[in-house]
Amino acid sequence: MDLAQGVQIVSFALLSLMMIAAALGVVLLSNIVYSAFLLGGVFISISGLYILLNADFVAAAQVLIYVGAVNVLILFAIMLVNKREDFTPLSSAGLRKGATALVCAGLFVLLSTMVLATPWSASTASVPTTESSIVRIGQHFFTDFLLPFELASVLLLIAMVGAIILARREYLPEVLQTPKVQQQVLTLPERPRELVPAISDSSTLTSTKGDRN
Amino acid sequence: MNSGIDLQGIFIKSLMDLGLPPGAAKAIWLPLPMFLMIIGATVGVLVTVWLERKISAAAQQRIGPEYMGPFGVLAPVADGMKLVFKEDILPAQSDRLLFTLGPVLVVIPVFLSYLIVPFGQNLVITDIGTGIFLWVALSSIAPIGLLMAGYSSNNKYSLLGGLRAAAQSISYEIPLSLSVLAIVMMSNSLSTIDIVQQQSGAGILSWNIWRQPFGLIVFWICALAECERLPFDLPEAEEEIVAGYQTEYSGMKFALFYLSSYVNLVLSALLFSVLYLGGWNFPIPIDLLANLLGVSETDPWLQIITASLGIIMTLLKAYFLVFLAVLLRWTVPRVRIDQLLDLGWKFLLPVSLANLLLTAALKLVFPFAFGG
Repeated sequence: MDLAQGVQIVSFALLSLMMIAAALGVVLLSNIVYSAFLLGGVFISISGLYILLNADFVAAAQVLIYVGAVNVLILFAIMLVNKREDFTPLSSAGLRKGATALVCAGLFVLLSTMVLATPWSASTASVPTTESSIVRIGQHFFTDFLLPFELASVLLLIAMVGAIILARREYLPEVLQTPKVQQQVLTLPERPRELVPAISDSSTLTSTKGDRN
Repeated sequence: MNSGIDLQGIFIKSLMDLGLPPGAAKAIWLPLPMFLMIIGATVGVLVTVWLERKISAAAQQRIGPEYMGPFGVLAPVADGMKLVFKEDILPAQSDRLLFTLGPVLVVIPVFLSYLIVPFGQNLVITDIGTGIFLWVALSSIAPIGLLMAGYSSNNKYSLLGGLRAAAQSISYEIPLSLSVLAIVMMSNSLSTIDIVQQQSGAGILSWNIWRQPFGLIVFWICALAECERLPFDLPEAEEEIVAGYQTEYSGMKFALFYLSSYVNLVLSALLFSVLYLGGWNFPIPIDLLANLLGVSETDPWLQIITASLGIIMTLLKAYFLVFLAVLLRWTVPRVRIDQLLDLGWKFLLPVSLANLLLTAALKLVFPFAFGG
């Protein structure tokens, strides 16, 4: 075993441990902000696993989209809502937890059988490691995955143009139809004073000045 | 290409001659370039802080730091030492773990991005295929650290600053990526080395600055916004929200924020010079000069001159851009938050989309000039 292999095994173990611990934290912690931050940790660990699989472009895309956009959006929503509310203990909580555990265990069993049943060894031999993964992804995009790729990109372009249009739309503030309520004029709690004209022949200008004093 | 001087090979070979196994020799070599790059980035920050002080002084008709070393060059060192020795304060009722983790998460991606900054044909830590895309991806991690810092400080100004930073970063990431994408489309590669190679044909005339005038402006505005430099320093606007997400920080943790913002500025300037100003290329092609003088390109001293000229050119271009950024900071007023988002979504995004479309069309029509 040379240096590269040792590094690979150690980082695989570390990344898996990190991912499982962070994922458990996302589910089990009661503080939702911690859960959101740990979700970012899960995404980062997954991108590390992608790097170990020689999929560098997918790893960078994972960081860009999931950590940089999705996770930030989740955090943004949590911090903008900021609703402090104590959860009332649900009735029949044990039953719900039991049902959840059953569903999760079933999913786990299904996935394990899938993992055990799939012949994984077929795909490892043919991949040349010299050329960049981007070139291979691009070739697949423009040959056998052309339609899904084009559909997805058109959808994203539509979303982006829609965002621009939403941002550019001019809001016309609706004129309030309610009749104006005569507002009480707020005054300082002072004794009402006589207006003292500044000069003997008082003009309107000076009287308005006196009002403000 | 001829092989030329291979520092890595010579280093590993001399260690193996001393009796070390090849794996150990390689492992001793590996951290050296990274360490050198981290030192370089930190020194670059010190230079930038000194420039900022001197240029701001010149903009305000002051002298600036003068007695700390010649022309005050030791002022940023003094700043750094002061921050190192300051007390590390944890505010009451703050979230200790997140409070400590926030600055760390902001600093690490910025330094990691230096992996892809090339200073020469082989003067780069790693020439990975994803290249410039890695930088775009890594720069999107920083807002999580800022949100973390803002949330954990238990301070309304901090939280507001963190949210502003995240909103600003998300808004300006899209035009930034689109303007980078136009460059990538012309050079047919994401690798920074290939991007510079594609601009190296005819000296200054083949730089991307002539082919991407709109992308260049969009990129620079977005880079300033991502670095939170002054026209866009909403997240730490002093008059509105004390110091934003840094309000509660002191000592070394504050220094990490400070460091990361300046490292990010230098990094953006370096990548701007790589993307648009021809990277390490001299305005006149060096091969041409060497041929005129009749020097073979395998000469060791020519290679040393080329390499050092490449480093000097990259740094010169980058520091010219840093100078522009500093000048902008001290002459331009801050925009409001709604103007900021308007500029990002209503102006830069359509312009960068149109620029991408135009580049694609030009590439199809004139494949010789726009990288066919």
